[in-house]
Amino acid sequence: MSAAEEVVTEAPAVEAVPKRAMTLGYGTSLVVLAALVIIPLLVKNFIIFQMTMLLIYALAVLALNILTGGSGQFSLGQSAFYAVGAYTSAILMEHAGMNYALTLPIAGIICFGFGFLFGQPALRLSGVYLALATFALATAMPQLLKLGYFEHWTGGVQGLVVTKPDAPFGLPMSQDMWLYYFTLVVSIGIYIASVNLLRSRSGRAFMAIRDNEIAASAMGVDVALYKTLAFGVSAGITGVAGGLGAIAVQFVAPDGYTIQLAISLFLGMVVGGVGWLPGSIVGSAFIIFVPNIAEGISKGLSGAVFGVLLFLVIFLVPHGARQVAIVAQQLIAKLKKN
Amino acid sequence: MLSTLRIAAISAAVVAVAATSTTAFAQKKYDTGATDTEIKVGNIMPYSGPASAYGVIGKTEEAYFKMINDQGGINGRKINFVSYDDAYSPPKAVEQVRKLVESDEVLFVFNPLGTPSNTAIQKYLNSKKVPQLFVATGATKWNDPKNFPWTMGWQPSYQSEAQIYAKWLLKEKPDAKVAILYQNDDFGKDYLKGTKDGFGAKASSAIIMEESYEVSEPSIDGHIVKIKAANPDVLLIYTTPKFGAQTIKKTAELGWKPLQIITNVSASVGSVMQPAGFDNAQGVLSAAYAKDGADPQWNDDPGMKKWIAFLDKYMPGADKTDGSIVYGYGAAQTLAKVLEMCGDDLTRANVMKQAASLKDFAPDTLLPGVKINTSPTDFAPIAQLQMQRFKGQKWELFGDIISGDVPSQ
Amino acid sequence: MELFANQVLAGIATGAIYACMALAVVMIYQAIDHLNFAQGEMAMFSTFISWQLMQWGVPYWGAFVLTVAFSFAAGIAIERLLFKPLAKAPVLTNVAGFIALYAIINSVAGLIWDFTIKQYPTPFGSSPFLGSQLISTHQAGMIGITLLMLVLLFFFFRFTRVGLAMRAAASLPESARLVGINTSWMIALGWGMAAAIGSIAGMMIAPVVFLEPNMMLGVLIYGFAAAVLGGLSSPFGAVVGGFLVGVFENLVGTYIPGVGNELKLPIALALIVTVLVVKPAGLFGRAIVKRV
Repeated sequence: MSAAEEVVTEAPAVEAVPKRAMTLGYGTSLVVLAALVIIPLLVKNFIIFQMTMLLIYALAVLALNILTGGSGQFSLGQSAFYAVGAYTSAILMEHAGMNYALTLPIAGIICFGFGFLFGQPALRLSGVYLALATFALATAMPQLLKLGYFEHWTGGVQGLVVTKPDAPFGLPMSQDMWLYYFTLVVSIGIYIASVNLLRSRSGRAFMAIRDNEIAASAMGVDVALYKTLAFGVSAGITGVAGGLGAIAVQFVAPDGYTIQLAISLFLGMVVGGVGWLPGSIVGSAFIIFVPNIAEGISKGLSGAVFGVLLFLVIFLVPHGARQVAIVAQQLIAKLKKN
Repeated sequence: MLSTLRIAAISAAVVAVAATSTTAFAQKKYDTGATDTEIKVGNIMPYSGPASAYGVIGKTEEAYFKMINDQGGINGRKINFVSYDDAYSPPKAVEQVRKLVESDEVLFVFNPLGTPSNTAIQKYLNSKKVPQLFVATGATKWNDPKNFPWTMGWQPSYQSEAQIYAKWLLKEKPDAKVAILYQNDDFGKDYLKGTKDGFGAKASSAIIMEESYEVSEPSIDGHIVKIKAANPDVLLIYTTPKFGAQTIKKTAELGWKPLQIITNVSASVGSVMQPAGFDNAQGVLSAAYAKDGADPQWNDDPGMKKWIAFLDKYMPGADKTDGSIVYGYGAAQTLAKVLEMCGDDLTRANVMKQAASLKDFAPDTLLPGVKINTSPTDFAPIAQLQMQRFKGQKWELFGDIISGDVPSQ
Repeated sequence: MELFANQVLAGIATGAIYACMALAVVMIYQAIDHLNFAQGEMAMFSTFISWQLMQWGVPYWGAFVLTVAFSFAAGIAIERLLFKPLAKAPVLTNVAGFIALYAIINSVAGLIWDFTIKQYPTPFGSSPFLGSQLISTHQAGMIGITLLMLVLLFFFFRFTRVGLAMRAAASLPESARLVGINTSWMIALGWGMAAAIGSIAGMMIAPVVFLEPNMMLGVLIYGFAAAVLGGLSSPFGAVVGGFLVGVFENLVGTYIPGVGNELKLPIALALIVTVLVVKPAGLFGRAIVKRV
């Protein structure tokens, strides 16, 4: 409680969105990385599976973060891009017999194109209007997926069952563990690329648009290009996450990609901290584990318990995990001074 | 062991006695999840999310096993029923089922709900050789012992029910012009397919319209207006309860009187026919395999009396008109029967073996004459239905009990 | 041609549902400048309250008035307790708060009243209206109530001090404070009014779609779409938007061959997005000029 009060009184301590791409320090990064590498060696396969899903949703939350935290555009339609990525991977693996690893870049590229195109009409919209347009996309996607015309490829309402890959080169590890490390490598790659993107010229252009679109355009930023680009990049990363999700869950069906998923990803972003990329994994943990905790407290009221827990989080830390990180940083700085 | 024999003897089926007594004298054998004192049963249900209406099935089963435990358990072992929420989302279903199998170490997974969720976990459970017993969905694919020997259905399949309607129409109204209203998902599409199969060669001439709707639509009045314009004389209503009630109400408001046949899923007196208006529902047809909790004709039925006594004690305040409670009770009772037959051989293989040797078992809540039969080649426990017509404030059964055990084409 | 006329009429009847909800959406938007995702659930909960009152023997109109009053008070209470503390938090955090509220109300209603559908009475009867079986007297009554609320809202926002103050507080909070408006209470009042209008919408909608905890799930999507189409700053636009969406959707489902029926919602939404691209503030909304 005291931490939150402190932040409220020192209002400027937390800006609405960070002015530049903030990341973890080297030390913290190494600790997190070490934990992510070592823990799977010590736990059951089921927990490895959960950790795989944790990374996959973290990627999807990160993608939304690039869009919202980076370029200031809001999307409730991420589940649509996730679905396209998942179906792309599933269809390529099951119908074309393609290697699972190769399907991911294809899923990413297709979703990038899809997002880029969707970004065109979205250019004219902002705030609630953009929210509605993306919301429309999320509602439409499950209906498109079960459309009779695509049934031959998508499996229609029944969905598609996907085969889980074995570890290559005869490595002595379970399918789950292999998939986890595979996902980990992909996630780290995308994370580093995203941080670099936000620190690059394009990233600064995104943030200039986010902070003041008119001023940015006056300074010579091609607003239309960068806004659609942000949509494309975000959709592309979400697509890769969707592809990984399809492989991990071994099944794709329209019911898996409803607006519920888009809302979860949005909540993940808020809890992790808008615009703070490392927070994505915290947000992802929230959307995976908090429903389980809520259910453990009361089955009949699991929805209500989840809502109450969510309220608690946003009351204590309205800026999400980012706020916790900032407070921690300030504390450490103080300790060092003394 | 004596008590095992006695319970088995009370249940009429002779074959069941034979099965129990052979295992009863065998050595105690356990797989993960079973001990001398406990049987751990796993389950997933949509307690939250869009399908949360079905969560009551899980709650009923939990209450039923509590009753069993209060009565001393099954063969001296208590049932530990571990049920998790999957929110009707396939990825969450996979996560929860893996938790049940790998972390809670249950003996098997019982009555998981929903076609998408069950499809998502079927491959995993079969590769782990963990029974996926009595799934709570009516898709035809659960009766596939050759490819999925660890998966078994429970209720009659949607397709066989739809075939019964089609065959009834062929016989009673051979010149009918049929319109079908169905929900655009696995459930509705299964009924659609079953109907077409049932009509066979006459399908294209008999069915003049197939109209689908989405669950997200608040009201389906527009669809009814459109169907009426095509002027069919039979309307097949393959919807979930809310939309079933809307359809019956709207056709009446339009002053339109086609012959209406409604899916068993939405035939509840209390939660469909009454909200739709009893006057509007007169003459509607359906088929049933279970008794209706809100139907006064079962007031003196010994099975339903037991059901009511169970509700009063273990689920006070429960909504008796909710068909899901009847469903959960019947499924849980079937499981109790199987576990009783397993005796002291509580291995996963034996659970499947016993589940596949149910002979003429009749849970309290099934219609008189409807019995559960399974065999190593028949993984569809309930395959019988009886046609019924709505009259006054209740369903009137008519005709013979029809076996829907048609091999799916 | 007859089918066309029928579908338009049926569309208007369904559109009345959307229009009702859209009014509540516009109301909250006027007060807090964003959309409340829990609005549908609040309306559903209010409707259950009125149903419970009637079960206890309160006559229809008595339950109606009590429910509207209760909803007004509950709306204010929710704002004071849950959202006032979040006033300084970022907008997106507030949206997360709406989602939390949604989850809580839905789950609690399910626990108290179960998920089976319930019949809900109508004061207008459900016989054919003016000889047309496509619009029942209930639907005509619902349209009447919607229009009445619209007129009242129009006068409220245009001619009363409180209404003007509320608009000022929502659009330019700083300036409103400078002229002595208590903006914080204006927001609470907006919540109360939106909840009250929502409860009326719920009680009008329930006889058509039946009462159950998930009854507003679909309605809210359409209500948002209608409000955005008509223009979020205009109650009149919201009502017109509601009817347009209802008719749109029926015509798409009937006349677009092949995919029309399966994709009527996506197509209707795509049309709305197209309208927004051309007129970003909606059909009847005021365009806001942005300045640096």
